[in-house]
Amino acid sequence: MTDTTHRTAPPATAGPPPTATPAPAPRAARVWRGLTPWLFLLAPLALLVTFTYAPIVNMLAYSFTDWDGVSPELHYTGVGNYTELFTRPDLFEVFWVSGYYLAASVVQIVLALYFATVLSFNVRFRNFFKGVLFFPYLINGVAIGFVFLYFFQDGGTLDSVLALFGHHTDHAWLGTPVSANISLAGVSVWRYLGLNFVLFLGAIQSIPGELYEAAELDGANRWHQFRHIIAPGIRPVLTLTVILSISGSLSAFDIPYIMTGGATGTETFVIQTVKLAFQFNKTGLASAAAVVLLLIILLVTWIQRRLVPDERVDLV
Amino acid sequence: MTRRTVARTLVYVSLAGASVVVLLPLVVVFLTSLKTERETSNDTGALSLPHDLLNFHNYVTAFQDGRMLSAFGNTAFILVVSVGGTVLIGSMTAYAIDRFSFRFKKLVVALFLVAALVPGVTTQVATFQIVNSFGMFNTRWAPIALYMGTDIVSIYIFLQFVRSIPVSLDEAARLDGANAFTVYRRIIFPLLKPAIATVVIVKGIAVYNDFYIPFLYMPSQDLGVISTSLFRFKGPFGAHWETISAGAILVILPTLVVFLCLQRYIYNGFTRGASR
Repeated sequence: MTDTTHRTAPPATAGPPPTATPAPAPRAARVWRGLTPWLFLLAPLALLVTFTYAPIVNMLAYSFTDWDGVSPELHYTGVGNYTELFTRPDLFEVFWVSGYYLAASVVQIVLALYFATVLSFNVRFRNFFKGVLFFPYLINGVAIGFVFLYFFQDGGTLDSVLALFGHHTDHAWLGTPVSANISLAGVSVWRYLGLNFVLFLGAIQSIPGELYEAAELDGANRWHQFRHIIAPGIRPVLTLTVILSISGSLSAFDIPYIMTGGATGTETFVIQTVKLAFQFNKTGLASAAAVVLLLIILLVTWIQRRLVPDERVDLV
Repeated sequence: MTRRTVARTLVYVSLAGASVVVLLPLVVVFLTSLKTERETSNDTGALSLPHDLLNFHNYVTAFQDGRMLSAFGNTAFILVVSVGGTVLIGSMTAYAIDRFSFRFKKLVVALFLVAALVPGVTTQVATFQIVNSFGMFNTRWAPIALYMGTDIVSIYIFLQFVRSIPVSLDEAARLDGANAFTVYRRIIFPLLKPAIATVVIVKGIAVYNDFYIPFLYMPSQDLGVISTSLFRFKGPFGAHWETISAGAILVILPTLVVFLCLQRYIYNGFTRGASR
């Protein structure tokens, strides 16, 4: 938004020769001035290229080879890795697991919206509820993993609570693929609900209060207020949340890896890629998998940008 | 009127229910951490109260046998260096992009913009080879470099703040003979305090909680950070839930303290950080 052109003239007068008009400064000074921004950008750009762009380029290159990550030898295999990825059912399975997390994130967004709406009105103990709902998001993932391993284990928290209500069960919650995936997706709702909630709450609270008052005078009830005032007001945050949810569902790693290690059909895309690359030394195949994941995420982002043209694409 | 009361009651019921769902798993783990080995193994149920509420024995075990002291040390070192580096790098980039016009500026901006879209988890396969070739594998410098080098969000946050600082301040300083570095150090950087607070909070919590990067890059036993050290409880303490619980609580406790002290800043920080 800011344009920088108006800043080019004044520094000329700051140079040693106090010429009245912005006459060309001495060559050395001019070179030095041209160099200044690059001195500031040297370290950031070096890091950016080394740890973001070089890996992407390398990854693309590896994905067409059979490299094992260690040996100096590698063979070009064309699109072999990609065909393997899409034709071997056990490799493709991880996409179905993402489905559980996607479904969970729908539940998560709905719940977050509900609680944000409720808590934007005057409610007693508001700060307490806000803090309680948000706090899980700040907790270390490994600690969450252990807390919920105990929660789901035989005779653990969940079984004890159910027993309180007279429902005795010896269901192994993490024992079958469907049950385990639902449990893990539930944990991720528990963990990430708070972030969505706080984002929604912030957006709702930035809506001017007079709008509600005016609506109330016109006889609008809470649902009308939600439908016609809150919903349009939080649209940008909502689309952002959807994007974060989709890429988060596809790249779930911490919780399933810590809790089940990817056993009983809970392996996610990232767990599989990490295993391929670092346990089975299939760097080529793992790179192909990572490229596919990257492309999916970029595609989703692109679709979002097309559907909801960003009102404020700033950054210069 | 009655309909309103019913609705209000339902709202409170849902809020109370949500609080129970959030807090119960944590409270149970806290209670378990105070139990003796006998209490957890004989089937008194997870919800029973520990016999001795001041039994901190498990915490001692977790702290000593679980190497939590060196873990906290490693985490603190990585956190301070990488958060400091992120602040410097982010503010320098923002200053250069906003206050100068130079050739290829559009390209540089685009590079940072596109990088923000690339999720770090996807590229680790190849990043690993690069980190390895620098000899940083299994050192604390691997996570430090990655945390500093791949944080685009903080650059956005700084950029928004640099823009809000009036250019006339720079110009006045320039007239007094200050060069670009003095302007950055004496004027821009001190005025960025709110942005620095945001970045320190968001980044600090992210680094403290990160599992993926230390897990991949620092497998050595001596280089455990709190995430990986806690993860290693899984092996030796297998079914000793009282020790594992104590370890988990040890890790959660600092977060809770920071959250209670800095609540307002934390909410603002995450709202700002996410909606860049």
